[in-house]
Amino acid sequence: MTASSESTVLSFGAATQATVGTAAAVELRQDLRLIAEMIEPGSRVLDIGCGDGALLDYLAREKKVDGRGIELSQSGVNSCVGHGLSVIQGDADRDLEAYPTGAFDVVVLSQTLQATRQPRQVVEALVRIGRRAIVSFPNFGFWRIRLRLLMTGRMPLSHCLAHPWYETPNIHLCTIHDFVALCDEIGVRVERSVTLDRLGQPYSLDPRGSLANLLAEQGIFVLCGSRRESDPIAPRS
Amino acid sequence: MSTLVSPCFRSRSVEDWPGCRLIVRQPLQLDCGLDFGPFTIAYQTYGTLNPDRSNAILVCHALTGDQYAADPHPITGKPGWWETLVCPGGVLDTERYFLICANVLGGCMGTTGPQEIDPATGEPWALSFPVITIRDMVRVQKQLLDHLEIESLFCVIGGSMGAMQVLQWASSYPDSVFAAVPIAGAARHSAQNIAFHEVGRQAIIADPDWCGGQYLSLGRKPVRGLAVARMAAHITYLSEAALHRKFGRNLQDRRTVTYGFDADFQVESYLRHQGSTFVDRFDANSYLYITRAMDYFDLAAEHDGSLPSAFHGTRSRFCIISFTSDWLFPTAESREVVHALNAAAANVSFVEIATDNGHDAFLLHEPELFETLRGFLNGCAEHRSLSRSRS
Repeated sequence: MTASSESTVLSFGAATQATVGTAAAVELRQDLRLIAEMIEPGSRVLDIGCGDGALLDYLAREKKVDGRGIELSQSGVNSCVGHGLSVIQGDADRDLEAYPTGAFDVVVLSQTLQATRQPRQVVEALVRIGRRAIVSFPNFGFWRIRLRLLMTGRMPLSHCLAHPWYETPNIHLCTIHDFVALCDEIGVRVERSVTLDRLGQPYSLDPRGSLANLLAEQGIFVLCGSRRESDPIAPRS
Repeated sequence: MSTLVSPCFRSRSVEDWPGCRLIVRQPLQLDCGLDFGPFTIAYQTYGTLNPDRSNAILVCHALTGDQYAADPHPITGKPGWWETLVCPGGVLDTERYFLICANVLGGCMGTTGPQEIDPATGEPWALSFPVITIRDMVRVQKQLLDHLEIESLFCVIGGSMGAMQVLQWASSYPDSVFAAVPIAGAARHSAQNIAFHEVGRQAIIADPDWCGGQYLSLGRKPVRGLAVARMAAHITYLSEAALHRKFGRNLQDRRTVTYGFDADFQVESYLRHQGSTFVDRFDANSYLYITRAMDYFDLAAEHDGSLPSAFHGTRSRFCIISFTSDWLFPTAESREVVHALNAAAANVSFVEIATDNGHDAFLLHEPELFETLRGFLNGCAEHRSLSRSRS
């Protein structure tokens, strides 16, 4: 992660999830903790942009999940595999195609969608290879971001968006409304959504309402493909 | 023609070399269609097999490797080629695992190969030795494992041609492989790699001392051709960056170029040394046969061109490892294997290690490689409920 001019800014990228393997008291990032709560014990999970593997490690220990990961950064991958997690070096744009339909119970894409080259294809791939997909991303419609752009006329920096415009990996930012519209357009069903305020507190605001789009700093969405042609393959024991 | 092998080249009898031997009397059907046998498998073991017989690791050696992974080489006296990994408390911990490393079929370190005597003629096999494949090598290893009564290997691991064997193991005997670690490998030999091998083979064949492959019976040895083959191959095991780092354009024991064809440059001297020491320990015909086996390797071809089919339904845990500067088996080849394994819904890890050591990095002390392997194996051992090392 690149250092930000604001010293208090927390970088939210994949490479800084938490520290793997700190035994029982694993401190998970708030959005990851919420995602972890949405995952059934024993399920097969693919975590795309798994960083140093904090979520996978937590899920393996606490929920006996059969977890796999994809991570772009080599240091992240090496750290994961060095800790016994099944992780491949790769990215969401390039490496999802090979996975068979319904290969996972849950596919997680946390704080990564906005950094993909083809978000639409990625979301389609998520609900194809997972029975469910959990996607979290920073809401560009958050009032502080709107205000900052309005007042300063400069690209906003925030908790979730810590990079200046010239070196940000976040090339496809969207608002919660944008995301819901994309889901509608490609026939992906939003099963559940949680919005997080600036302090990471979860709220259940209607993602189609204007409040969520204004007040949420992040959104977490549980998706599934509504046009599934066949039942997913059963997970192997 | 003399039926005796020249003592000059056969004085260091393989029978005298350290290690274990298994003679398999039952003929084995090879890919070329021949029933081959009896044959000998020369192998080394390290550590102790646990009562559950669940801690065995098969180490597969590369083209010019041998079974002496952690023993001094009986000819050169040099340390074992993976001594840094295979040792007490090491990544391949001999206090925790039972390691087996066998010389491949077609080799020249005790397992039956073209330099051994064909019992039918009393002469070295030479070119009457059948053309073998990676799958044949693996079939032979399976016979050894059956003999050792090891039904399921905790892990099969190897680099380069060893990685090919690992992938073949995982494909041919998926239920016998709990974990598979192919390092710096590929699911098939590329056109470029076949081309390099052909250069090496032609160098050997062009040597007048090769004598149509009959050199052992004639008391000769194609040392020049074999040395050139090794020199050419050795370049492919390094990287431009590593060659530059090690040698640059430095001159060898001289202040200026000599305007001749002496080894003016250090890199020339180094390559000549690599070539001349190689011929002491390796058989030219073995080199022909083993490079051919690598050329023929194409795992997808065995499955109607579909690589994912080669791993269909696998329950093995895979850890694929490549090196950034390896241009012989570049990362893209490993990634292809990863994608095939993903398509087969396999449990796979994939790590690319940043190094300028080229293909040979798998033989060198690469801290990140060691850390990755240690973590992966520990994770697998946990899933297999293997006890921790005694320490």
